[in-house]
Amino acid sequence: MMIDVRNVRKSFGALRVLDGVDFSVEKGQAVAIIGVSGGGKSVLLKLLIGLIPPDAGEIQIAGQRMTGMEERQLLVVRRKFGMLFQGAALFDSLNVEDNVGFLLRREGRTSGPEITRRVAEVLELVGLEGTQKKMPAELSGGMRKRVGLARAVVYRPEIVLYDEPTTGLDPIAADSIDQLISRVVETYHVTSIAVTHDMRSARRISRRILMLHQGRIYADQTPDEIFKSKDPVIYRFVNGIADPIGKNLLS
Amino acid sequence: MTSVAKQLARARDWLEELVRVREWLSGLGRGTLLCREIAVSLVKVKPVWRDVVYQMYFIGVKSQAVVVITGMFTGMVLCAQAYIQFHRVKMDSLTLAVVSVSMGSELGPVLTGLMVAGRVGAAIAAEIGTMRVTEQIDALRTLAAHPVDYLVVPRFLAMFLTMPLLTVESISLGIGAAYLVAAFLLGVNPAYAWQQMLHHTDDLDMLTGIIKTFVFGGVIAVVSCYKGLGCAQGAEGVGHATTEAVVYSSITILISNFFLTMLLNTLLR
Repeated sequence: MMIDVRNVRKSFGALRVLDGVDFSVEKGQAVAIIGVSGGGKSVLLKLLIGLIPPDAGEIQIAGQRMTGMEERQLLVVRRKFGMLFQGAALFDSLNVEDNVGFLLRREGRTSGPEITRRVAEVLELVGLEGTQKKMPAELSGGMRKRVGLARAVVYRPEIVLYDEPTTGLDPIAADSIDQLISRVVETYHVTSIAVTHDMRSARRISRRILMLHQGRIYADQTPDEIFKSKDPVIYRFVNGIADPIGKNLLS
Repeated sequence: MTSVAKQLARARDWLEELVRVREWLSGLGRGTLLCREIAVSLVKVKPVWRDVVYQMYFIGVKSQAVVVITGMFTGMVLCAQAYIQFHRVKMDSLTLAVVSVSMGSELGPVLTGLMVAGRVGAAIAAEIGTMRVTEQIDALRTLAAHPVDYLVVPRFLAMFLTMPLLTVESISLGIGAAYLVAAFLLGVNPAYAWQQMLHHTDDLDMLTGIIKTFVFGGVIAVVSCYKGLGCAQGAEGVGHATTEAVVYSSITILISNFFLTMLLNTLLR
């Protein structure tokens, strides 16, 4: 099992965001986690990669227990991960080439020409060849996400996490990001977990969908099952129907 | 009933006060942990000297205008004030000695520290704070880079190495400017005043001043990085972190200056 999450709980002050989350992901699986905004999807992603610690429960990555590790130990485990952030989180002070090759340069195990070659290769994969010397400020939102994706896969991680990969993009840019994510999964055979509330995107980039609802995994099904589900919670989310209280408030 | 309500209100005020004390203490704890993490990084992780040199350039070269103006005008005004007092008792030639001792042991290090805290401390807190709110710090961590190794240590080392140089520059310019004011504006005999200055300025005055600058440099770097790393979300959070970095650095410099003076005078004299 590549990822194993057992009874994970997380609160921020009095707000309980995750209330006993259980799931596992096998090697090479492409999973989407859906749920309402503010429902704890991004928190779950950050727990998986060890950016925040859980209050209770256990997380294992490739058989290695993440919970209870110190930051310097976590740095070693995080080498298994690549992550695409919602806002790409490119380093403002570095150009595209230095952003993408950041980890390889920091590690110092790969030669300069080899880093240049691998950066060029992943930039070509995301359709941004020739942009090595551009600064993040010169890129559009979609281009920034592509560079973020290139940075997340250049060192061939075993698991890639995507935090709202299509949020804030126009439909065409969102579609191209979905295609790229699928291409990354096919090219590098990585385990991928995408957090999204974009149902179209979830269907395209995953073979399995987990729905997070009220701090727990409410559904664990294939995209087709989720889209055909008559369960009121799933049905309302998939079809974008607000609950009756929301309707009353609006009226 | 009214007295019960009053007692409840008083108890609530006490509780709020306790919460504030707890927050202050936990902040102090986090600051101490950051210092420990810096020490661990300095011992275990090889610093990236290219980053340190860049930060030295940013702190040193970019602070030139501030340091030059502060040093020169402090020396000049100190000279003018000292001259007015000494002239009354016909001891004009001691003017430069007062400037030299004051600039060397107190005013040079403290004023340079305060100016650098304002310019560089604010910039560090704003830069790291912005990185935090735009998830760049999280991105660093996912790319297996410890924020202390990558962001804090280069700034700490650069500040530690640059502050003494800036302070020596500020003191030298202050004394030089005071010399010009004394000789050409106030009519003091320059050779005699210079000889008196050398006679009355102790090496230890200069040494205590220089030792202080290492501490001030470290204080500015640690406080500013701490405030940046702990920055709250949004533009308001960055603004708040920047202001607090400058205020806390300045206050820490002023308070630690007193204790350093007492300690160094006890140890060195």
